[in-house]
Amino acid sequence: MAQFSFYDDEFQPSPWQRTWLEFKSSHAAIVGLALLVFFMFFALFAPIIAPYDPLEQNVDALLVPPSWYFNGTITHLFGTDPLGRDLFSRIIYGCQITFGTSVIVVLVAMLIGVSIGVVAGMLSGVRSSVVNHLLDALMAIPTLLIAIIIVAILGTGLVNSMWAITLALIPQFVHNTRSFVRGEMEKDYIQSSKLDGASHWQLFSYSILPNMIELLVVQGTLALSIAVIDISALGFLNLGAQSPQPELGAILASSLDVAYIAPWQVALPGLTIFLMVLAINIVGDGLRAALRKRLVR
Amino acid sequence: MISTLMRYITLFILTLLVLTALSFSLAYLFPGDPLVNMSGITPQNPLQRDALIAQYGLNESYFVQFGYYLERLWQGNWGYSFVSGRPLKDELAVALPATIELSAYALIVSLIVGIALGCLAGLRAYSTTDFTLNSLSIFSYSFPVYWLAILFILVFSLQLGIAPLSGRISLMFDIPPQTGFILIDIALTSGIDKGLAFSDALQHLVLPTMSIAIITTASIIRLMRRSVIDVLNKPYIAAARSRGLSRWKIFSQHILRNSLLPILPLMAIQVTTLITNAMIVETLFSWPGVGNWLLQAIYQRDYCALQIGMLAVSFVVITLTIAIDLFNRLIDPSRDKFDRGSI
Repeated sequence: MAQFSFYDDEFQPSPWQRTWLEFKSSHAAIVGLALLVFFMFFALFAPIIAPYDPLEQNVDALLVPPSWYFNGTITHLFGTDPLGRDLFSRIIYGCQITFGTSVIVVLVAMLIGVSIGVVAGMLSGVRSSVVNHLLDALMAIPTLLIAIIIVAILGTGLVNSMWAITLALIPQFVHNTRSFVRGEMEKDYIQSSKLDGASHWQLFSYSILPNMIELLVVQGTLALSIAVIDISALGFLNLGAQSPQPELGAILASSLDVAYIAPWQVALPGLTIFLMVLAINIVGDGLRAALRKRLVR
Repeated sequence: MISTLMRYITLFILTLLVLTALSFSLAYLFPGDPLVNMSGITPQNPLQRDALIAQYGLNESYFVQFGYYLERLWQGNWGYSFVSGRPLKDELAVALPATIELSAYALIVSLIVGIALGCLAGLRAYSTTDFTLNSLSIFSYSFPVYWLAILFILVFSLQLGIAPLSGRISLMFDIPPQTGFILIDIALTSGIDKGLAFSDALQHLVLPTMSIAIITTASIIRLMRRSVIDVLNKPYIAAARSRGLSRWKIFSQHILRNSLLPILPLMAIQVTTLITNAMIVETLFSWPGVGNWLLQAIYQRDYCALQIGMLAVSFVVITLTIAIDLFNRLIDPSRDKFDRGSI
């Protein structure tokens, strides 16, 4: 008689472990994750890593080229800007501001968007249709336009541009949450919980939310890349972070004046934004692929 | 069919009402005098002020004011620019088509390239071609559009000198704006060398169009690839194969048409990104479009222009979005009305 043996049993990974295993099997995704961790490290420990104060001006070292140029010095790794501020320190602090604010913006948008989406998904009839249609309208308005309007009302500044981007990101979360919850509410396991007398809140927190977290993670990475691009775009257009503040887009905008004599001033901050967004996109893509493979198997 | 149409028309009108209400409330939300914000005219004396207040109905309740606002919008009396003093309607009539033209060309380019490459990647899924295209599309999708435009300017305009730096057409050509679309205007203008003018306008178009199109192309490639892979796994493709249809026939009659269906609603989302990107790129290439115009308005605190500009841009975007949605419903009635695809 076959005896049940705990130790001979096949390895049964939990859903999250299985996602991680699938994720790990893609080299590109791991590289992206490493890059993302690198940027996170920069964002968290900027004051410790940065060799100089990002606002400190040094008249003895104006427009020093990066260290790999013939007349560059190693004391200023990426060179200095026209005011003698160390570009490397500014970019590190820029990672902190751009990446950090984007994470905050996405978390806030996710919180608000998911709450509205869940309510809209569980409701039906006129109320839900009103929410849905109004959001469709909001979703169609370009981010830049929302940002311009908010800046016109509140004035320029990093915090105001964060509000604008939060407002622009919310509809996507609502839309996805709403259609997910709607689909889930018709399934049998929700029916059975309902028959057991579960309230709306219990349905959400015990049955729907655990199934929704993966969707939220994927949606969150997508939103994060949009947030990074938008925040730096607003900084670049002089509507977000203002000039001395080392925000990557603002650094890029101020370096446009010297683009001809110092092209690295344009190249390096832009490259940083590009790599940051690339890392987020690769990780998001890897996650999505891993989840899809897990569900198919 | 009729009920769907009615539904969309109601949706359209309701959305427009919400937008106009929003635009109306901006006059009060913006800093400064609501009268100046709404009319764009700074009254010189109390007499003129009273006359303007009476004309705009500002001493009545908000609802009546909103009624007046709607009436003025309908009559085409959109107020005056605080900076230039010209009617906003005339300024928008030049700026809006320029943006639409730029985005339309970018959309056409990215549709043609994106659908072709997306099909290629989807048909050869998980091969080297697919991986190359996929990684290329992730790369180009990650470009911040303004950086890409600056790089293009630095490389093609300043280093190589093969593309013009800014504007829509060389100053040597005197093209009076009739429709606002530069290529159509050239065709309508007489007394110039049309061939030269066309090639000059196209040269001015290349860099801005490319910098917008690259990003949109990347997302279309990814959407199309996913959609083709999904269709390939459907049973009717296996059925078509077993009937002995040729590969080309399967592709053109079964795969292509079915995989284009879910792309369409996603296009509605793409339009928004496309117009945002176009508005940013305009500022870099001094393209006289609505993005450039709005940014000038915000830098100069021209609140009346912002109010109308916001309404005009969102009107265009929402009309497009709803039209795409409606078209999609009409050609594919089986689709759930709330369903939107995913990448």
